[in-house]
Amino acid sequence: MSDSLLEIDRLSVDYETARGDLKALRDITFDVKKGEIVGIVGESGCGKSTLISSILRLTAPNTRFREGEVRFKGQDLLTLPERKMRDLRGADISIVFQDPMQTHNPVLSVGRQMVDIQHRSSASRADKRRRAAQMLGAVGIPDPEARLDQFPHEFSGGMRQRIAIAMALISEPSLLIADEPTTALDATLEVQVIERLRELQQEYNCAILFISHHLGVIAELCDRVVVMYAGAVVESGEVREIFHNPKHPYTRRLIDCDPGHIKERARVLPTIPGEVPDLANLPQGCIFQDRCDQAMPRCAGDVPPLTTLKVGHQAACWLNQMEDPV
Amino acid sequence: MSLLEVNGLKTSYGNVNVLAGITFKVEPGETYALVGESGSGKTTVIRAIAGLAPAQEGSVLFDGQEIRGLSERAMRPLRKDMAMMFQDPTGSLSPRLTIRNLITEPYRIQGMKDRDLDAEAKRLLSLVNLPSHFADRYPYQLSGGQARRVGVARALALEPKLILADEPTAGLDVSVQGELLNLMNDLRERLGLAMVIITHNLNVVRHVADRMGIMYLGRLVEEGTTEAIFEEPRHPYTHCLLSANPEPDPDARLEWVSLIGEPPSLLNRPKGCEFRERCPFAKDFCHNTPTWQIEHGHGLRCLAPLS
Repeated sequence: MSDSLLEIDRLSVDYETARGDLKALRDITFDVKKGEIVGIVGESGCGKSTLISSILRLTAPNTRFREGEVRFKGQDLLTLPERKMRDLRGADISIVFQDPMQTHNPVLSVGRQMVDIQHRSSASRADKRRRAAQMLGAVGIPDPEARLDQFPHEFSGGMRQRIAIAMALISEPSLLIADEPTTALDATLEVQVIERLRELQQEYNCAILFISHHLGVIAELCDRVVVMYAGAVVESGEVREIFHNPKHPYTRRLIDCDPGHIKERARVLPTIPGEVPDLANLPQGCIFQDRCDQAMPRCAGDVPPLTTLKVGHQAACWLNQMEDPV
Repeated sequence: MSLLEVNGLKTSYGNVNVLAGITFKVEPGETYALVGESGSGKTTVIRAIAGLAPAQEGSVLFDGQEIRGLSERAMRPLRKDMAMMFQDPTGSLSPRLTIRNLITEPYRIQGMKDRDLDAEAKRLLSLVNLPSHFADRYPYQLSGGQARRVGVARALALEPKLILADEPTAGLDVSVQGELLNLMNDLRERLGLAMVIITHNLNVVRHVADRMGIMYLGRLVEEGTTEAIFEEPRHPYTHCLLSANPEPDPDARLEWVSLIGEPPSLLNRPKGCEFRERCPFAKDFCHNTPTWQIEHGHGLRCLAPLS
């Protein structure tokens, strides 16, 4: 386990609500190795945001960690004192948020914000400024020295997202969490940002936890993928395995639904009918059974465990245990 | 006669020329997509058509009638035939009205007092595949996909001839996106609707649009049938846009043709070809101004087109 940077181990998280406990995450297990890019795919309500805020421990007051651990470099973050946690955030674990228009302070120049974020460093102000300019250059902002004096509104959305990436990487973190960093961007900028992320990842050798619902971007960027549905991991594995040989019906349907697959004009596009179940009132058995076209009686009984099908491929579906009893 | 004929439409806010002359036609029952980066003026085009944004020059013929610059009062009866779907599905629904009131509001605005609004609400909800008890819900009780469908229902209420849809699938999950596109395709066929769709999702365009126009800095730079443009884009900008589309296949390497730099400021439009500075295929003679050329129904504004 020595090459694991982040290990999410049987993590279960509830939100206490008036309607009862909302089981937002159930038994989440996966890991991110050093220098690896892991993608998390899932649609609205799958628990992506709860997962990120749990890792950073920036959770809402009604959050309850019911079970499990979040280990970063072997240390359980959930039991770490708040002060220690604060030393990690923005230093060894950084995050890039979804909306580049709202991540920067509008009344401070970009340079000021990039110097401020180095508050842990004992370098001189001039050195910090040089470092800021160098990072701006690294994310492809032309004329970085002069642009440090500009304000966020003077940059386009794509540039602002690249600035956010520069700020996240300035402390050379070992883990970068990217929460749908390209969702708010045009296709051309999206591609620009993922290319830049890949280059920087190689240069700084940081691991990236990349959250997205854009399968094309995941396929392009990631080494491994974790597929989440309604607060559970339904499948995980190497990116080629997941896309070419999906072993969970949800993954299969999700890939089918992506119109990027369908080159000819289709009269009827595939969909997944039905809705995500109510997490405050979970059905018995498999979470996906209501929307699954291959559901069997067994699916209404027990929750299928995430089982290793072969090295680098896990899925939580009873179908696999029928075809291939291990 | 075309249902919609936009001719040399220009919009400026002060000295910012947002639209620098837009010309296109939409036939009855046709779906036309406007594609381009943020800030290219797509939304302004449809807002100007609907009379929600100013347009200082040019003409908008709807069903043969000039509608540019009409007063709000003169515009109102025409809005029966022309419906708008706004970009933010939940934000475009008033939070204090029930879904019933929201989707039947068009009848009240148009003074159609003879209608049984309860029955209409039921009919519209079933048209967009929502259960009838949704009539009593409020917008905050809807998911993004459901709010979209309410938006569609409201746009369809008055049986328009034309729907102007601003990013109809933005923010939707892929599993729901297909549902909405199927619904729009189906309604178009059954009701003979024409649509102008704005989107930057090229995968969506391919499945819904008959023809498409590519916008850059408030001008069309290329226009043609969707098939022709996807198969053989002639304008370098179109080529770059189409190449920025990562496929959901880990073995398909992205062959992205990168644009150079950032979009120029509208306050300081480049001389000559306005795309020249960002064009990876620019030639020396591109400092001349390209004109709009139409060949076999394929429009192009480029001095050095790709072959």
